[in-house]
Amino acid sequence: MGGVHPPENKLAEKQSIERLDPPKTVAIPLSQHLGVPAQPVVTRGDVVKTGQLIAKGEAFISAHIHSSVSGKVKKVDAVIDASGYRKKAIIIDVEGDEWADGIDRDESLLKDFSLDPKEIMEKVHAAGVVGLGGATFPSHVKLNVPKGKTAEYLIINGVECEPCLTADHRLMLEKGEEIMVGIQLQMKALGVEKAIIGVENNKPDALSHLTRLANDYTGVSVQALEVKYPQGAEKQLIKALVNREVPAGKLPIEVGCVVHNVGTALAVYEAVQKNKPLIERVVTVSGSSVKKPSNFMVRIGTPVSELIEAAGGVPDDTGKVVNGGPMMGKALSDLSVPVTKGTSGILLFTKKETPRPAEQNCIRCARCVTICPMGLEPYLLAPLADKQRLEECEDERIMDCMECGSCLYICPSAKPLLDHIRVGKANVGKMIRERSA
Amino acid sequence: MNEFFNEITVLSVVSLSALGGVAAIVLFVVAQKFKVIEDPRIDEVEELLPGANCGGCGLAGCRALAEAIVKAESLEGFSCPPGGNEVMQDIAKAMGWEAGESTPMIAVLRCHGTRELAPPKVKFEGVMTCAFAHSLFAGEGGCPFGCLGCGDCVEACNFDAMYMDKDTGLPVILDDKCVACEACVKECPRNIIEMRKKGKKNRRIFVSCINEEKGGVARKNCKVACIGCGKCVKECKFDAITLENNLAYIDHEKCTLCRKCPPVCPTSAIHELNFPPRKKKAEKEAEASN
Repeated sequence: MGGVHPPENKLAEKQSIERLDPPKTVAIPLSQHLGVPAQPVVTRGDVVKTGQLIAKGEAFISAHIHSSVSGKVKKVDAVIDASGYRKKAIIIDVEGDEWADGIDRDESLLKDFSLDPKEIMEKVHAAGVVGLGGATFPSHVKLNVPKGKTAEYLIINGVECEPCLTADHRLMLEKGEEIMVGIQLQMKALGVEKAIIGVENNKPDALSHLTRLANDYTGVSVQALEVKYPQGAEKQLIKALVNREVPAGKLPIEVGCVVHNVGTALAVYEAVQKNKPLIERVVTVSGSSVKKPSNFMVRIGTPVSELIEAAGGVPDDTGKVVNGGPMMGKALSDLSVPVTKGTSGILLFTKKETPRPAEQNCIRCARCVTICPMGLEPYLLAPLADKQRLEECEDERIMDCMECGSCLYICPSAKPLLDHIRVGKANVGKMIRERSA
Repeated sequence: MNEFFNEITVLSVVSLSALGGVAAIVLFVVAQKFKVIEDPRIDEVEELLPGANCGGCGLAGCRALAEAIVKAESLEGFSCPPGGNEVMQDIAKAMGWEAGESTPMIAVLRCHGTRELAPPKVKFEGVMTCAFAHSLFAGEGGCPFGCLGCGDCVEACNFDAMYMDKDTGLPVILDDKCVACEACVKECPRNIIEMRKKGKKNRRIFVSCINEEKGGVARKNCKVACIGCGKCVKECKFDAITLENNLAYIDHEKCTLCRKCPPVCPTSAIHELNFPPRKKKAEKEAEASN
């Protein structure tokens, strides 16, 4: 249902992943995942190695955080992160690149499926793996199927429907084997027989590459999907691949599915086979303004400014720097923001493209209703949210909105529909919590 | 003649009169049966209230306050911020009760990060409401505690007591119009507006900053941020100033408006309102020698 077709602009799709050297200092935020922030276990002056645990996420929904570099802890202080606010982070001065013991840095492929599901889950937990698609939900929680529910399908998200972003695309091409092994491990942890990799039709090279690889792995299949946004949203992906609908407010496990990103599958492989914690990720630096669109493998905590520098610096005509994809990403107010586990792309747009057109009156064209992938009525929700009519917002299912931004994209009157809906969602969420308290 | 008084005319007049009579009786009976006996004092009290339905008393409106007052048979615990003492005295007089004194209050904006003192670093696009801006980022000036300048408080004010100053980007509260209904206090997503004692002759002294960041960080974004140096705490002889989370706070109950603290503040974060201009040192000495 619904969906839009924004220009793809996948400028960096032919650029292979380039490994960036660790910067001089990194700031590793304590809250890089959905859930409770991790608690630091190092203090100022401590010497840490690459891959060493520096913050523990003990709560049920939380994740461990490891040092992405070796060096000395400068301080634990608040730094501006992608949220636009100062949040606690561990700041480390880099000295050399000495890795912690037990991490296998050999690039050769390992296929060891002897671990039992619990051991796999524990290793994933210990490595601090979170969903790398953007929502950063702790992966070990997802691998643990709740009692009374059974998983039938493991769905691997290789859709990358956001325009401009090419990080997952490159990963599928360059780390296909590792991703396959990661998928097998996840299948074992979940106890499922079938895994489906969903890839959009606009990546034929990745499709054929993965299809060829999948022949060697039992139960894994690759499925081509229609190109549209948001094809890679969890619920939309499940509908497209196995034709099941996740009920409102419920998780995919309700219909027997667990969804993981291709990047997460790779992180699971590295965590289980190589004992390597999640300390680096692929970030696409792209956009109309950037000089050299690239895909970088960077250490977590690297300032965004370093990535832009490596891609040719900030051109004079840059009007906006966006963290994430152009549809769901958020403009950055400061370029010292560190790369976190959830940073999929850094996009630079020209001054000409970025200003929002002037808002005009709604002409009741209902395009927003047609394209809303959740079947909502954004034209109605936005004014209701603006006027604080929260009960009506709730009745109109505002909480089902996943903030994909399609309505804002399609609106011919340039109404800031999603802006209002976001505030409304926050208010309705608060109202629901107060009611149940 | 007969044309006028024919059978049909007579019949319709008689039948309609009868119908009217029956309806009147039914209405009378029903009215008696379902009569709502309301305390006439509620109307009386409501008459005396300002009728703005601002909700400043914490109830749904003036009628609700009147009902609550009459039901409680006393004025204790009730207040009407817009009406103030006068209205409460009037109600007490009309009801034959005694009314206690309540201190007049006023809304105070505790941020002075104007465009000049806290220069914008980025440009905000999107819905210009504070609620939305607050959910997105720290603000154009970069202070995560400072005024966002979108004017949600001005929207919320029912008494035209606020306006946005286009030059500073901050809201202005008008002393003579603010009735302390707290609508703006509730609306501000950053809790920048505080209810403080109106003070004698409208004179007030307060720290015009709520930034809890460390001094250096706060100062980087705003020249008039409280840096938590504690000079004012030492200066105050009345223990009215406390320092917590890198932020000084002046307790308006204890402050005697002695004007000693504003000059010692290195960042001019302490504001004094409606005081006569300070005499210069030379003038003071000349006065003393006379």
